[in-house]
Amino acid sequence: MKKFTKLTSAVVPLNIENIDTDQIIPARFLKATTREGFGENLFRDWRYENDNQPKADFVLNDPTYSGQVLVAGKNFGCGSSREHAAWAIQDAGFDAVISSFFADIFKGNALNNGLLPIQVSDDFLAQIFKAVDSNPKSALEVDLENQTVTIIETGAKESFEINPYKKSCLINGYDDIDFILAQTKLIAEFEQARG
Amino acid sequence: MSKTLVEKIWDAHVVKSEEGFPDILYIDTHLIHEVTSPQAFDGLRKRGLPVFRPKQTVATADHNVPTLNQLLPIKEELSRYQVDMLTKNCAEFGIELYGLGHPFQGIVHVIGPELGITLPGKTMVCGDSHTSTHGAFGAIAFGIGTSQVEQVFATQCLLQSKPKTMKIEVNGELGKGVGAKDIILYIIAQISAAGGTGYFIEYAGSAIESLSMEARMTICNMSIEMGARGGLIAPDQTTFNYIKGREFAPAGEEWDKALAYWKTLYSDADAKFDSVLTFNAADIAPMITYGTNPGMGMGIQEHIPATAAQPETEKVSYKKALDYMGFDDDASLIGKSIDYVFIGSCTNSRIEDLREVADFVKDKRKADNVTVWIVPGSKQVEQQAKNEGLDKIFEAAGFQLREPGCSACLGMNEDKIPAGKYCVSTSNRNFEGRQGQNARTLLASPLTAAAAAVTGKITDVRDLLEKV
Ligand code: SF4
Repeated sequence: MKKFTKLTSAVVPLNIENIDTDQIIPARFLKATTREGFGENLFRDWRYENDNQPKADFVLNDPTYSGQVLVAGKNFGCGSSREHAAWAIQDAGFDAVISSFFADIFKGNALNNGLLPIQVSDDFLAQIFKAVDSNPKSALEVDLENQTVTIIETGAKESFEINPYKKSCLINGYDDIDFILAQTKLIAEFEQARG
Repeated sequence: MSKTLVEKIWDAHVVKSEEGFPDILYIDTHLIHEVTSPQAFDGLRKRGLPVFRPKQTVATADHNVPTLNQLLPIKEELSRYQVDMLTKNCAEFGIELYGLGHPFQGIVHVIGPELGITLPGKTMVCGDSHTSTHGAFGAIAFGIGTSQVEQVFATQCLLQSKPKTMKIEVNGELGKGVGAKDIILYIIAQISAAGGTGYFIEYAGSAIESLSMEARMTICNMSIEMGARGGLIAPDQTTFNYIKGREFAPAGEEWDKALAYWKTLYSDADAKFDSVLTFNAADIAPMITYGTNPGMGMGIQEHIPATAAQPETEKVSYKKALDYMGFDDDASLIGKSIDYVFIGSCTNSRIEDLREVADFVKDKRKADNVTVWIVPGSKQVEQQAKNEGLDKIFEAAGFQLREPGCSACLGMNEDKIPAGKYCVSTSNRNFEGRQGQNARTLLASPLTAAAAAVTGKITDVRDLLEKV
């Protein structure tokens, strides 16, 4: 798994709430049998017209915005459990997603792929959107070790929560399978004891 | 110490619990399908691992399959490849597959219960968010991502932190024309599409207890639509009666043993929930959604809430949703003309749903402006419907009875709703593009969908029931 420690980057703002995984990657693009190549179809129907012309007013098509951090409205990643959503975001070049609320399954999927979901307060989220509004190049610093996000221009800083186990996985690039595989003996014993 | 039902089942499945780490939770049954498993099988191959407990894994093909001429090769190349890949992977790793043509094939959440694979007290997972359906039996069942599918393949366990628990009680009697789907759409509209996030929900109360097993599945199915990790209902005589005699259900001495255990599966009287909500069944009307998340629902006689009445931060998203649907603030939906009716999906494609619809449309015909698809949840449901002659009723009504699969629930297979068209659907998601690019979905119960099919517009089914 990809390691994550610290990141300084401009952001791509997507100020919409309840973004579900069907928007992140529509079902018709789930036919692939590998993990790669989903980035092209990230937010497909918001990003392109039916004839595949890019929609100029969609933020991912706007060269003003760039960066490795996607910032989105509340309840990001709700709906379908498709991990393809996390893969698509990562494949499109993002390393972290910031929102004031994440759906559970999406959050887990992101963490399992080394994509950092950062939950901030509604107020801090509004501050980020405001900073980007007035200066599209406004950058954030994400520090996983210290669990903080800083809006560099204003110096505003907030800490975020992350499960300590997940944090060490991200920093070291381990995944859950590595962790559980070391304990299969215990699992077999558990099965035996249950009969 | 008194425990909730979730805690009882959870604690019985913890292989290891260590401070600072998620629990290692043992998974009894792993259900898989063609869309979310290929990358997990690939991962196993890369690590050189077998499936740890292949006998506890069951596969079916449902999301990507056509619902007409299922025995012909799948036309669309990528879909065919994905379904073939499942067949190949199951053979290689020793997993039982109920693929196309098998008498047990169907939507993964329909076949588990009908085959007696879904049982009280189990832990069950699937790479699909509606795995919560199986909670109707008093099981801990939840959806997982593909990395976790790989984890379960490799170890039959998952790393999971213990969820918070919520109890939702619905008491009293439902009115005429109001069913399980209306209960759950009502609850979601009340607490929002994120209102259950982080929780496992136990549904209880007299209105829930009086529901059939299939109706309970409809309720638990949509737990994820309020963000919950899962939903469940304590097993009771209704549950035991449903399970008895099914293909893989315990029998003989095994049955007695299982039953004795199942009877211990309830939340203790003084168990503490992290949150408790109570609703009154009599307040629930037939429901319909008007927006692009399942929380945007209302009683069918109500008017669409105004954008101005939404919280400041939500106005833009709310307006975007109404624009997508082509609806205005304060509008009533009654009488609004529609184009498609889809009766199917893991929410409402079981035999009782089909019976209810058939009963209603008997001697009626669909309106000319509507295309109606009825897609049974499984081969067994399809067969049962034919045995009961429901196919004849549907045919006479101008409804198309198709073959089992997820169908128009998600715009992945061939069954898509065209852009701009309105579809009254018994499925569970009304997201933008869910049923096809720019398709507009209105979620409702099978009865409300059937009423729309007959009149060609959004209709309060109670008006039609009155005339009978
Ligand atoms: S019917 Fe719809 S919701 Fe259910 S498993 Fe299939 S795609 Fe998912």
